[in-house]
Amino acid sequence: MKARVHVTLKNGVLDPQGAAVAHSLGALGFEGVNDVRQGKVIELDLAETDKAQAEASVKQMCEKLLANTVIENYSVEIL
Amino acid sequence: MRAAVIQFPGSNCDRDMAVALANVAGGAKNVSMVWHKDAELPKGLDVIGIPGGFSFGDYLRCGAIAARSPIMDAVVEFANKGGYVFGLCNGFQILTESGLLPGVLMRNAGLKYICKDVELRVETTASPFTSRYTVGEVVTVPVAHHDGNYSADPDTLKRLVGDDRVAFRYTETPNGSMDDIAGILSANKRVLGMMPHPERRADAQLGGTDGVRFFEGIADALVSA
Repeated sequence: MKARVHVTLKNGVLDPQGAAVAHSLGALGFEGVNDVRQGKVIELDLAETDKAQAEASVKQMCEKLLANTVIENYSVEIL
Repeated sequence: MRAAVIQFPGSNCDRDMAVALANVAGGAKNVSMVWHKDAELPKGLDVIGIPGGFSFGDYLRCGAIAARSPIMDAVVEFANKGGYVFGLCNGFQILTESGLLPGVLMRNAGLKYICKDVELRVETTASPFTSRYTVGEVVTVPVAHHDGNYSADPDTLKRLVGDDRVAFRYTETPNGSMDDIAGILSANKRVLGMMPHPERRADAQLGGTDGVRFFEGIADALVSA
């Protein structure tokens, strides 16, 4: 079973990388980009076959390692 | 005084830290190098240093993987029992990731890796690490980091300032850190994390000695305790 984790910065946390990307897009002539927030996608290949179990275990992984919940949100998608 | 320096794959300030500690600990025989995969610390330890570098290649987040290394359970337990722990640069990032210090070190506001001397203002003498300095004194210590932009939620920031837990501030922030914070202390003032490198200013022949008192302060606290 595969899982995909999206890790994003919480609202209100400054994202200097996102700001630099937004600036660069503007310089390339892409207009109307109001804001850019950069995050991470982590794909996991799991031995678990039960969807609920897999989701619970990936959530634990997020809390313990994959996300820093001081500044990041995460969402788990079981594929 | 017995000290330990924890080594992770990618640590690169571990030897400098060990030399600075040995100079105040009565020689290298009193400083142990401890590998991150060890589960136990040497017996009779007084202080633990977490060195700078690029542990685990800064993968995932700086310090995140090192903070989950086997030895870190023992380090957290040591700190929770009142032991002295300090982390410099990547060591600071590891201490925030391990939960021993609040907040987080984000990418520098200018997005660039910064390697230069900076001026730090000593903000408190109420910790062993800062006891040999005077409040308001300005010292010169180098920084060398890409992710030193200290950030914390408003409540945490208020607590750090209100409880005299800001150890050092930049006179001019190089990295965008909130409130110009360069180094902070735990609630019991026995755990310190800072981005600048006092261990690189601990030898007159290697650039200066403004960092020497950082290590002497640790030795003072242990002798008097």
